[in-house]
Amino acid sequence: MIKFLIKGLLRDKHRSRLPLIVVAIGVMLTVLMTTWITGVLGDSINLNAKLATGHVKVITRAYRESMDQIPIDLSLTGTQALISELKKDYPTASWVERIQFGGLLDVPDENGETKSQGPFAGFGIDLFDPDSGEAERLNLSNILVKGKLPSVAGEILVSHSFAEKLGINMNDKVTFIGSTMYGGMTIVNFTVAGTIRYGIAALDRGSVIMDISDARKALDMEDACNEILGFTAVDYYDDTKATELMTSFNNENSSGNDQFAPVMIRLRDQNDLGGLIDMMSGVVGIVSFIFILVLSVVLWNAGLVGGLRRYGEVGLRLAMGEEKGHIYGSMIAESVAVGLTGSVIGVAIGLLLSYLMQQKGLDFSSAMQNATMLLPGIFRTRITPEAWYIGFIPGIIATVLGTMLSGIGIYKRQTARLFKELQLQ
Amino acid sequence: MNNAEIISVKNLTKKFPMGLGEFTALNGINLTFFKGEFAGVVGPSGSGKTTLLNIIGLLDNPSDGDATVLGNSSKDLSVRQAALIRRKHMGFIFQTYNLLPVYTVFENAEFPLLLLKMSTGERKKAVLDALEWVGLSDKVRSKPAQLSGGECQRVAIARAMVKRPEIVLADEPTANLDADNSHHILQTMEKLNKELKTTFIFATHDDKVISHLKRKITLIDGKVSRDENIKQ
Repeated sequence: MIKFLIKGLLRDKHRSRLPLIVVAIGVMLTVLMTTWITGVLGDSINLNAKLATGHVKVITRAYRESMDQIPIDLSLTGTQALISELKKDYPTASWVERIQFGGLLDVPDENGETKSQGPFAGFGIDLFDPDSGEAERLNLSNILVKGKLPSVAGEILVSHSFAEKLGINMNDKVTFIGSTMYGGMTIVNFTVAGTIRYGIAALDRGSVIMDISDARKALDMEDACNEILGFTAVDYYDDTKATELMTSFNNENSSGNDQFAPVMIRLRDQNDLGGLIDMMSGVVGIVSFIFILVLSVVLWNAGLVGGLRRYGEVGLRLAMGEEKGHIYGSMIAESVAVGLTGSVIGVAIGLLLSYLMQQKGLDFSSAMQNATMLLPGIFRTRITPEAWYIGFIPGIIATVLGTMLSGIGIYKRQTARLFKELQLQ
Repeated sequence: MNNAEIISVKNLTKKFPMGLGEFTALNGINLTFFKGEFAGVVGPSGSGKTTLLNIIGLLDNPSDGDATVLGNSSKDLSVRQAALIRRKHMGFIFQTYNLLPVYTVFENAEFPLLLLKMSTGERKKAVLDALEWVGLSDKVRSKPAQLSGGECQRVAIARAMVKRPEIVLADEPTANLDADNSHHILQTMEKLNKELKTTFIFATHDDKVISHLKRKITLIDGKVSRDENIKQ
């Protein structure tokens, strides 16, 4: 009987090909949507983590209150001891000091007069210690457009479009004008070693990277920094681990009212990233639900049309003595076969396209020239373990659900009318 | 039950709801069919022929009275038991053949045997025998779309006969066929009736069929107006 039904299924293109195409397309879109959203959100979160937030961040209590303004006067002090303590207490995570600051970059002409100047966002990072991993974390070698990475004190990197706007060439002397940690004015000369392009509009508009030792000198921040970033062992942000780390640290450092005492915050507590993380964790469920709903309606309709086409066949089978439950069961078995086959095809195509988009990516950088959020310029999919099975959920559930709904007619059919009905075919 | 008695209906009444009232399709019918009969229920449209065939075929239940088929009273049968009797002991032939278009002639004739869970070898022999009875041994691999109307109806006969049922119910089996094909089909059924002792009961108002019947039951307005044996 099974062989007989499979033969019918394979030969009747309306019963197999159309639903198969619908399921395969739906499943492919489900996989693609899941990998796309996971990839884009994951990349955004990773980018934020590497550039600004870390997986966790240690700051002072006072700094936390006005973090958006990056108040370096509220920075951590005694950071060497603090970072040693962090490395000892949480050895699986890596800890790096960062100084984020703002200022004005002045470019002089050959006479020493101001040729051009512009505001920038500055990053003091540990460039000279190869063990810090900061150059790799920020992917500096790959985003270098001109020149070289700083190798000695006094050398800086400038974002490429900012350098072009100010007319800066390699090895030009430029002047940083800003204020120190203690509120005094600071003016320091640097040499431009290279230019970089992040592909992130918010940073490409005007940013400067220098070694943290240079930043400390310029800002009068010896043994101080405004942020210590912590990265857990895994490459992606794990909210549970970050929360555990934060709770443990804050429990140990919660006593007293010192506004300069260290406090740990998670990535999700910064830059409105919490919503993004919640969206990412919910996205698989949302995408599945939407596709189950849409596919069920489409397949229900396909099932109804198929049911009308097979009205005579079902009537004949009932007249011949096949039980309603058996006919209904055989139709559901057919739908499982179609759903499974369509899902396998859809997942295969979806994964293939996802893989290509993971490798190549889609370049949206030109469309995000004025973006203020830290978003990657090239959007990529990310194939997660979920992508291998997520498509089967709408693929099979929707097909079976569609058949179950359309097949209810079998139970409502009166066998007493079969002779009449079968005469009208 | 008499050994030869295969179907008996007693005081059979069937009413259908119509508007606020009821329509009486069959009104107190008493009939007995015996094994090996070649009988027909004839009468004008709306006389209750198909309703009677539905009840005899255990597709419908009487409103009153009883129909006993192969010793089973329709009153006592569940839907599942009725389906089982149809599956094992009855064949159906319809006006419009109702062949499954995606299957071959062989597969169409094979279908009732699949429901009986027969072995492949038994099925093959039974199907080839049935197709030989109806003269379609050379069309085993053809699809219904490749056959003429007469050939399609012969496949339907083979499908009805393949499990060698006790009873074959045929509702207007020649309505879509020309005179030659009708004659040929009826000859085939007569031959099977003689050789296999299968009981054939027709519902028809086609004179071509009526001329082949050995017993003619005339229904008018849901009542038996005549029940006559015809000498051929």
